[in-house]
Amino acid sequence: MKRLLTRQNMIIAAVLLAVYLIVQTLLSVGIISAFYETNLVLGGIGVIMAVSLNLITGFAGQFTLGHAGFMAIGAYFSAVMTVKWGMPFVLALLGGSCLAAVMGFLIGLPTLRLKGDYLAIATLGMGEVIRVVLLNTKYVGGAAGLFGIPRLTNWTWIFVSAVVTVLCIRNLLWSSYGRACISVREDEVAAEIMGVDITRYKVLAFVVGAFFAGLGGGLYAHYYYFLQPGGFGFMKSIEYLVMVVLGGMGSMTGSVMAALALTVINIFLQSYAAIRMILYALLLIVIMIFRPEGLMGSKEFSSAMFSRFERRGDRGSAGGQ
Amino acid sequence: MEQFYVFLQQMVNGLSLGSIYALIALGYTMVYGIIKLINFAHGDIYMVGAFVGYFAVNYLHLGFLGALGVAMAVCVVLGILIERIAYKPLRNATRIAALITAIGVSFLLEYTTVFALGAQSRAFPEVLSNVRIGLFGNKVFVTNKELLIYGVTLVLMILLQFIVKKTKTGKAMRAVAFDREAAMLMGVNIDNTISATFALGSALAGAAGVLVGIYYSAISPLMGVNPGLKAFVAAVLGGIGSIPGAALGGVVMGVIETMVIAYGQSTYRDAVAFAILIIILIIKPSGIFGSNAREKV
Amino acid sequence: MALLEVNNVSKVFGGLSAVTNLKMKLGAGELVGLIGPNGAGKTTVFNLLTGVYQTTAGDIVFDGKNIAGKKPSAINQMGIARTFQNIRLFSDLSVLDNVRIAYHSHVAYKLPSAIFRFGSFYAEEEKMKARAIELLKIFHLDGKKDEIAKNLPYGEQRRLEIARALATEPKFLLLDEPAAGMNPQETAELMNLIRWIRDHFELTILLIEHDMSLVMGCCERIYVLEYGRVIAHGDPETVKHNPKVIEAYLGEEVTYA
Repeated sequence: MKRLLTRQNMIIAAVLLAVYLIVQTLLSVGIISAFYETNLVLGGIGVIMAVSLNLITGFAGQFTLGHAGFMAIGAYFSAVMTVKWGMPFVLALLGGSCLAAVMGFLIGLPTLRLKGDYLAIATLGMGEVIRVVLLNTKYVGGAAGLFGIPRLTNWTWIFVSAVVTVLCIRNLLWSSYGRACISVREDEVAAEIMGVDITRYKVLAFVVGAFFAGLGGGLYAHYYYFLQPGGFGFMKSIEYLVMVVLGGMGSMTGSVMAALALTVINIFLQSYAAIRMILYALLLIVIMIFRPEGLMGSKEFSSAMFSRFERRGDRGSAGGQ
Repeated sequence: MEQFYVFLQQMVNGLSLGSIYALIALGYTMVYGIIKLINFAHGDIYMVGAFVGYFAVNYLHLGFLGALGVAMAVCVVLGILIERIAYKPLRNATRIAALITAIGVSFLLEYTTVFALGAQSRAFPEVLSNVRIGLFGNKVFVTNKELLIYGVTLVLMILLQFIVKKTKTGKAMRAVAFDREAAMLMGVNIDNTISATFALGSALAGAAGVLVGIYYSAISPLMGVNPGLKAFVAAVLGGIGSIPGAALGGVVMGVIETMVIAYGQSTYRDAVAFAILIIILIIKPSGIFGSNAREKV
Repeated sequence: MALLEVNNVSKVFGGLSAVTNLKMKLGAGELVGLIGPNGAGKTTVFNLLTGVYQTTAGDIVFDGKNIAGKKPSAINQMGIARTFQNIRLFSDLSVLDNVRIAYHSHVAYKLPSAIFRFGSFYAEEEKMKARAIELLKIFHLDGKKDEIAKNLPYGEQRRLEIARALATEPKFLLLDEPAAGMNPQETAELMNLIRWIRDHFELTILLIEHDMSLVMGCCERIYVLEYGRVIAHGDPETVKHNPKVIEAYLGEEVTYA
């Protein structure tokens, strides 16, 4: 317990609570309009998706283009659980996430033997296969889509889910298991020789990433009333990839900031879909040519505030004394 | 017997689609062979080719061959520009960085076209009248457009084979693909050779774009996405880096897809391509004609 | 009983024999050298022993268990660790993380306790860190624990690689040209260090080396490899005077310490 109550942790918790309460108050008195609430929700989902994708691509080094596929699984399954089976929202979110994780395992085990661009293409294909299968499943409405999903996602759910996602993935990464994942990115041969079962840790990153993508999907489904397979195609995966690339592959805070920044930019480009995509495209090209490590590289924001990421042992206790 | 004719008819259709995939796949395989990059934008060059053909016919009032020539020329320039501006700075970067750039270029081409011309599809002008040729006592039909596709594809492939095998540039391309550093030390101009590869691949994609416009009569800014991906699958199927492999892979993909539409469910046509891809990648990633390489420790 | 027994192992790469009928036997606590001209197959032997390559024929028995067909990570967990001829550190990670990753197989907490930070997580993390630093001290790297591995000078990178290998807590350590690129003084220090490591950690060590002074001065037994075959083995004196060895090295300058 003492370790959790360091000064830094308290400050972060206080800031998060303040952000939550301020936004919640503004929402309840109606200062934040429905339009901006939608963007808050999208931003939160963006954070969840980008951080979970970063775990797979940025930290474990497995380049995937099928992240929206896991989102689709989470979205559809959680919607089925609430709409068709009448389950509570919490269970539906968990169910969707778990199914996405299971799919992550089943798909990851064979495909993660592939490297680099082959893996990218295989995951792209996997995402498309998931989309087409949904398109052909009558039970979930096929091409017409799944309708009548209750709107259960609100600011509280979004906020809590995003915080839990970031926290869990951060905790995973800054543990021996996370270091094992990162070693796979650094040098597969050396990692394997050092006793790291690389397949296991690739799959671990994939499964955890898929789990949270499923969570993002569940939240998405219960905000928009209806789902269509077309909404979870390649484009969607790219949208989250842009966030990860912009923020820096291997930087969680980078992903969080990029997800929020792009959501804000999207507000202004709401009615110019083509320009938005052109901007995304240019972002990808320009970042790769001029700053391939992204805005943050593999660093985390504010080294003093987040120093506990790495040196929580020394400084964390020093702060507590 | 009826069934057999139906099958033959599907073969005829599948071969046309397959020829188009093959033309696109050749560009993928050549570029991958030389700079180890999945050129995601390749499918969009094919789209640009189709639009250039469209404008060439509608506004320059060119015939089929004229439109084909203009489309190929524009695509050559576009391909070289893309390589010089977007890919060349990344030649020593990680392959993932290059891949992300390629995805960016692909989106840039798609949505610039959407922005400029609108997202809706357009009718490709009729440059050829429809002629149906009946075979087996009018049980199976081949159209003149299908024959044109076969013919143009065949001619272009023979031309490509000639360039790659017999010309100096072709030899340089093979040398660079085999070992870039050694080729450089032997005095091969790497930049020009890579440009030439992009030029050739893009020309083929441009031709495929015009052919598809004539065959399906409809073109749109996002038309390159799926054929591009499927052509890539075709290239992997044939063994990426192998020119005959890409040609064969393209034809096989076209035939399989047509058969799925005819005998299975047309909604699964896109999934089948990817299912094939995943299976090949897992079972024999080197493809039908590819060779295995392993990392040195 | 021998710790390692290599019985008639062969490795063929597409028709080319890299290693032929290799027989080796190492007892616990031995410090053995593996030498031979360039391309003799020394690194291939290391790759076979660590599971990077699969043997074409023959078997390798380590600590009473056959390791053929096992993954490198499983072999490492059985107690074989190695360094690489071309340094393969986790170059963008800190010195400390390089060592901590190698400790991973011995981590005592489970994944859920990492994610939810309960149970022995903090205690184990601190223990792991303390052990890593202790190990770094031996190699005089503890002062640089937060530096990025690729920023270390070459000699320190080599030492870090050995430290990382030791962190997996092996019984058997394979060193692939540990002195490559070092000056004579560094090499001499390294010789002492290797012997000290062997005694301190109670290891068996097999090392590949080009620097003859290191091999002759440090190893108790030597295997000489040429064209994938053992052409001689025995103590340094015997090997040094073996005519086959002299012939194999003809044209190469052999310097004895």
